[in-house]
Amino acid sequence: MTVAPAAQNARGALPARPGRRFSTAWLGVVPFFLFSALFMVLPVGVLLAGSFEDPVSGAPTIQNYIDLSEPNIVEAYGTSIEISLVTAVVGGFFGFLLAYAVILGGLPRIFRTLLMTFSGVASNFAGVPLALAFTFTLGFQGLATKFLADNLGIDLYGKAIGFSLYTKLGLEIVYLYFQFPLMVLIMAPAIDGLKREWREASENLGASPREYWQHVALPILTPTLLGTMILLFGNSFGAQATAYQLTSGSIPLVTLLISNQISGDVFHNIGLGYALAMGMVVVMAVAIGIYARLQRTSERWLRS
Amino acid sequence: MSYLELANVQKRFGETIAVESFNLAAEKGEFVSFLGPSGCGKTTTLRMIAGFEQPTMGTITINGEDVTYKAPNKRNVGMVFQSYALFPNMTVADNIGFGLKVRKRPKDQIRKRVAELLEIVNLPDKGSRYPYQLSGGQQQRVALARALAFEPQVLLLDEPLSALDAKIRVALRHEIRAIQRQLGITTVYVTHDQEEALSLSDRVVVMSEGRMEQVGTPFEIYNFPSTAFVASFVGTLNLLPGVVAEASTGGLTISGQQVRIARGFEGKAGGNVSVALRPEMVSLGPGPDGSNRLTGKVSDVSFLGSIVRIRVSLGESGPTVVLDEFNEPTLKLPQLGETVTVSFPQDGPLVLDAKAPVESVEELIAEA
Amino acid sequence: MTGPSLGPRAPGALESIQSSARPRPRGGVGAGRIGSWIIFLVGVIYFFLPLVATLAFSLRLQPFGQAYRNVLNDDPAFASSLIYSLFIGIVTIVISTLLIVPTAYWVRLRLPRVRPYVEFVTLLPFVIPPVILVFALLRAYSGGPLPLTVTDQGLNVLVVAAYVILSFPYMYRAIDSGLRAIDIRTLTEAAQSMGAGWGRILWAVILPNVRVALISGAFLTLAIVIGEYTIASFLVRPAFGPYLSLLGHDRAFEPAAVSIISFGLTWLAMGIIALLGRSSRQSVQVAGAR
Repeated sequence: MTVAPAAQNARGALPARPGRRFSTAWLGVVPFFLFSALFMVLPVGVLLAGSFEDPVSGAPTIQNYIDLSEPNIVEAYGTSIEISLVTAVVGGFFGFLLAYAVILGGLPRIFRTLLMTFSGVASNFAGVPLALAFTFTLGFQGLATKFLADNLGIDLYGKAIGFSLYTKLGLEIVYLYFQFPLMVLIMAPAIDGLKREWREASENLGASPREYWQHVALPILTPTLLGTMILLFGNSFGAQATAYQLTSGSIPLVTLLISNQISGDVFHNIGLGYALAMGMVVVMAVAIGIYARLQRTSERWLRS
Repeated sequence: MSYLELANVQKRFGETIAVESFNLAAEKGEFVSFLGPSGCGKTTTLRMIAGFEQPTMGTITINGEDVTYKAPNKRNVGMVFQSYALFPNMTVADNIGFGLKVRKRPKDQIRKRVAELLEIVNLPDKGSRYPYQLSGGQQQRVALARALAFEPQVLLLDEPLSALDAKIRVALRHEIRAIQRQLGITTVYVTHDQEEALSLSDRVVVMSEGRMEQVGTPFEIYNFPSTAFVASFVGTLNLLPGVVAEASTGGLTISGQQVRIARGFEGKAGGNVSVALRPEMVSLGPGPDGSNRLTGKVSDVSFLGSIVRIRVSLGESGPTVVLDEFNEPTLKLPQLGETVTVSFPQDGPLVLDAKAPVESVEELIAEA
Repeated sequence: MTGPSLGPRAPGALESIQSSARPRPRGGVGAGRIGSWIIFLVGVIYFFLPLVATLAFSLRLQPFGQAYRNVLNDDPAFASSLIYSLFIGIVTIVISTLLIVPTAYWVRLRLPRVRPYVEFVTLLPFVIPPVILVFALLRAYSGGPLPLTVTDQGLNVLVVAAYVILSFPYMYRAIDSGLRAIDIRTLTEAAQSMGAGWGRILWAVILPNVRVALISGAFLTLAIVIGEYTIASFLVRPAFGPYLSLLGHDRAFEPAAVSIISFGLTWLAMGIIALLGRSSRQSVQVAGAR
């Protein structure tokens, strides 16, 4: 070991004395990377590799990806994207309004604490219990269903309305239960980050409250708003347990296709399953990537 | 008639009185500073002029118009914030033009005005930059340009330089004053830095705990402080405890040593007073005939660039006299622990009772 | 490049609870304020209705509380699956801690250039949803050099490994912000000057000081593990998630009772986190969809 490593690590770190010191530090992080490699990176690499292989011969091919244009699969992507878009936009919009209401809307301050605490819990509330809870509420025998029918004469499942919890719409309603809180949790600190001085400066320069929101506050919040909605999109796109519990796989979703593929080789083409999985990873990666980029901008602005 | 007038302005927050009986009449084009320590009410008063706080009592008048209860976005005053408060989502040009855009001025008029202001604050090619790309000093200049763009009646600055490095602070404050003079705009400047206040202002309002301690020109404030607070807050000051010997002839003792003050003062024999004495008035050595003399031991010698500051301790647990000597090569410095005599003229010090302010400044000036 | 600081950014939750103490412009005059009330009430109805419905369903079986009795007294699978999940959860937390704490520590202290890579790795679990992760693990370890999927113990290893991976974003973020709050450089130097080696430093000096952050990350991980379904079911583990799912398909009222019990536990965990966080300004983490 030469002096060079010491100079390298100079920025903000203890000077690394040559020899044992340096390698001990690496020893601290190697287990982490090794573990990640073993149980995340490499397995996904197996999927990646497999997606480019012909399932029978093992020869390299992109046929699997071409096969993604199969109507079932396209439909699944379409539905997944649609549900994710809807819950992202609705979740984003109403989640923002909720956050705004408790922070700047003139409500008693305790409401904000309650909403924040509840959101911390509710954003974690997904999968089987959530699906069950909504079955108890809006399912065929659900409490709300019965209430509406008995007291207001509204038959949700009847021919006139034809509602069903076990459809796209039902799933969207259920997904919102963890989308709203996620939006609230991320928007609240951003709204908080709107410096008082900006509002005062804008007033001082002659702007009305509406103009302040139009020209200053909303533009400043936009990266966070957009970024979080994209995060919500990814969140919904990757959800599986909730959908499965609710619909037993009857709605075409990418995650359900994949889980069907895992439990029984429904495609009879393992390569296609891999391609499907990688397609999903790409969508998620793009979503998270855009979110990260927007988050950096908003942080820069809100920190200024 | 004065341009900016605050009459009997008071601000209460529940039980606390933040600002008490504030009276000020500023002329058009005048540069007034509010000077004081944190929490003295200077920023609250400024914010009342801007309209972000409402006075509990009193009136604020700008150019003859009572603006006490006017909404802040209708007052036509320009404010520069301590944290600049530039809008991060807009370019420098858009920031500066914001006040004009809100007033619905035509686009090319805005563009011209923005260019003008960028020239005035010396940032001619930074119009398309974003605030985060600028240094602190540059951001503050943009904030100033933004506040001036729509030609406000009054300019308000809330400790605009306190977040900057010392060198930039000094350079920028001169720039601010030069621009203010050039535009002739009535300005209120809030600061806790007495050097800033003294070097920039036409008049200074010294505040403490919500009250106005003194209003006057920098010269008056420095040389004729009316209260012990002002005397000790502005400039370095010796505040020596004295015991009255004979008030009418100006005799008193400091740490047992006899001293005579040229002007008589009020006080009963044996009573306690404070003697205010500027370091530059005290000299090493016995001085000319008729000077007051004190003897003590040198406890510290420190170099402050052009000045050498010597601390002399009068007696074991006695008070310390701080004196300044010009730093010349021929200066013979005393040793630590050496016994020395220091002297000051009879008309040098001011006798103060910390509780009640002494005669009015006008009387002091008349007698000087 | 500084890595994107990421995750569902719930660090705000507690910071925003605390900053609600700061005076804010009380907005909303007249119509604005009514609008806020309406929005809030709609939110309350939407959030509470499913919970109320679940509670109502759980109490419907007569005599009163019968569903709970069925589950607690007569259903051995309830206890065994809960215990299994708790056990797996604790093992996950331990392993995750052992991996994350040294990593976060060394990145902060010595290897700041590695930070972007570490943060990137802790972000990957968001890019790789549970269903894909379990798919990948099954394919990677069902044959070849490490056939973990053929034995029960092997599957247990896999399920713990998967949960550890899943916990990375939250544990890392929690511990990293805990480390940020203490001056680890000075503490380390002080300990070193007294002769402590790295192990002792980590154990006796660093760990106690990030205890609160750790506990909050741990509780969140525990909540995630207990509620998790996808990975547990595909790895055929007798965990709580699959148990509840099965119950939901077979029975009508008992699932409601179990849900209420598991809410209670989850909210207890979250409540403890919030309580701890209030006293030490730590952040609350958020799990995503499942």
